[in-house]
Amino acid sequence: MGTLTPMGRTILVTGAARHLGARMCRVLSHEMSVDRVIGVDVVPPRSDLGRAEFIRADIRNPVIGKIIGAAAVDTVVHMGVIATPLQAGGRATMKDINVIGTMQLLAACQKSDSVQRLIVKSTASVYGCGPRDPVMFTEETAPQHPPTSGWAKDSVEVEGYVRGFARRRSDVAVTILRFANIIGPDVDTAMTSYFSLPVIPTVFGHDARLQFVHEDDHLEATRLVSLSEEPVSGVFNVSGAGVIMLSQAVRRIGRPALPVIGGLLGTAGRSMGSTGLADFSAEQVRYLTFGRAIDTSRIEDELGFWPRWTTAEAFADFIRGHHVQPLVPTASLLSAQQRILSVLTTVGGLVPTRAGGSHGG
Amino acid sequence: MGDAQVFAFDADARRRGEEPGGVQSVSGVDAATPEPDAGDEVGALDRAADFIRRRLTGEYEVDEFGFDPQLLDTVLMAAMRPLYRSWFRVQVQGLDNVPDEGGALVVANHSGTIPVDAVMTQLALLDDHPAQRHLRMLGADLVFRLPVVSEIARKAGHTLACMPDAERLLSAGEVVGVWPEGFKGIGKPFTERYKLQRFGRGGFVAAAVRTGAPIIPTAIVGAEEIYPKIGNANALARLLGIPYFPLTPTFPWLGPLGLVPLPSRWIISFGEPIPTDHLPAGAADDPMLILEMTDRVRETIQQSLYRVLVQRPSVFR
Repeated sequence: MGTLTPMGRTILVTGAARHLGARMCRVLSHEMSVDRVIGVDVVPPRSDLGRAEFIRADIRNPVIGKIIGAAAVDTVVHMGVIATPLQAGGRATMKDINVIGTMQLLAACQKSDSVQRLIVKSTASVYGCGPRDPVMFTEETAPQHPPTSGWAKDSVEVEGYVRGFARRRSDVAVTILRFANIIGPDVDTAMTSYFSLPVIPTVFGHDARLQFVHEDDHLEATRLVSLSEEPVSGVFNVSGAGVIMLSQAVRRIGRPALPVIGGLLGTAGRSMGSTGLADFSAEQVRYLTFGRAIDTSRIEDELGFWPRWTTAEAFADFIRGHHVQPLVPTASLLSAQQRILSVLTTVGGLVPTRAGGSHGG
Repeated sequence: MGDAQVFAFDADARRRGEEPGGVQSVSGVDAATPEPDAGDEVGALDRAADFIRRRLTGEYEVDEFGFDPQLLDTVLMAAMRPLYRSWFRVQVQGLDNVPDEGGALVVANHSGTIPVDAVMTQLALLDDHPAQRHLRMLGADLVFRLPVVSEIARKAGHTLACMPDAERLLSAGEVVGVWPEGFKGIGKPFTERYKLQRFGRGGFVAAAVRTGAPIIPTAIVGAEEIYPKIGNANALARLLGIPYFPLTPTFPWLGPLGLVPLPSRWIISFGEPIPTDHLPAGAADDPMLILEMTDRVRETIQQSLYRVLVQRPSVFR
């Protein structure tokens, strides 16, 4: 521990092969205060990692401990939790990578005497969702409907192990960041593939409140807690301000929505899920039914972090970046509005009498 | 039908005055330059077209509760307005007891088999209160489980009856509505009309005390008679997962016709506010004080129910 100088940060990033992990490596490697960034993943990275080194390693086996020891890593950024089975090649592998991977990583951190900070990327889906939820979850709110499957459940377990680690190594600053759905021009998630469908299935009779955090804000929040002067401990919600309704999001994209009876969406969706088009896990369907929002006042008050993008702005940036084309462009809707109005006024008589009649009634 | 729709988009004008002449003169004053009548009509049509385009492209705002004021004012409330004005002919008393701004907790009796009384109270504050206040109600979790109902409730600005949400709304300066009797009140048999049921654990009082918001005890007369519940098909209710399945003189015997409420005469009376901001810090955690206050609110509502009932000439007139 004493070998560290203020100029000598060495940071390990897990999940470095995927888009957000690779971007995180790039961002951190360009920081003045960081000497070395080591990206780790089971598959080679698809994009450039900047000045970061890449080590192809599986966090599910103890080799990760050797890497941490050899490089005297002082900060571990754990972004290796996988959200959909498609990314891992099956639910069993996914669970293995998420839970066993985290356990191995934590075991390695516990043995290490160089690690001083652990930052874990988690998700707001650990709060679950359902009809008995409060409108906003704070970090302290107990889940009313704890998640029972998939990524959300994995994340609950991961957080459990991380809390256990924090208890055993109270000298390490442990930060858990619970992100709303990450969205942006380049990132691919279950939500972005859902909104890229030509016809968007929704749950009949329900309209979920959705929250998004822009991928840039996700990186900035993670960078902030990794490099802050004073180490940061605790759990923080991170989301863009405001909410957007599912129906509103679909309309902003300009694609038709297809309301499906709740139970059927899961069944129909899973058969579609196997085609790789979109993810309709039970948890995702619940989210599309009830929605969820998180309160971000803690990270604002304690760390002074305000996301640059609101939920609506982040979503607009996703539409732009993914080139999602509306069926009827807004411009033609506007011109249609003008044309109908001008026809009505030129026809004359029609407009005043109709509207006048309504004023009388 | 089409005419009514065109009208509905001009909700503000509708709320400002009832007479047709009044509407036009008010909008004439609003515009800096007086416009000929025809131009004004085109303006109204233009606003309507603009409204439709905005709805289609999702260019409107909702708050964190999913409250969609544009939809509420122009569509949802417009649909309920005829019921309020012509069917129940709602008379409102004590509107000045509801503050023009800042948080307040409206606590009222619940009745009528389905919560029409809540919607009418919302309309009373939106249409007849000088500050046109939106009433944000706290509902049972069933409301947010049922399809369609949950969607409309969220968009109308309502949320689950739980402590964090109540406090969030009150500290944001909203008028919050609670019906503490819950299903016990709304689903009680006709023979027990105007008898207040038990008031739960007083969670609503604690929320008001914690945020220093005044409590406004409110009596609603008239809702008891809209669907006189004379029986309950328990087995059917259990099958559907709802608290009761009402049998009224007309429902379900007359089919959809049985859904038409009886045209009782309504009076909504907002009572004198009970202040909570003078209480010492930590008062919300004093169960004795909270229970006493809950009893006081309940007693006040029961008394004003009796008082208002006497004022009403007859059930339907």
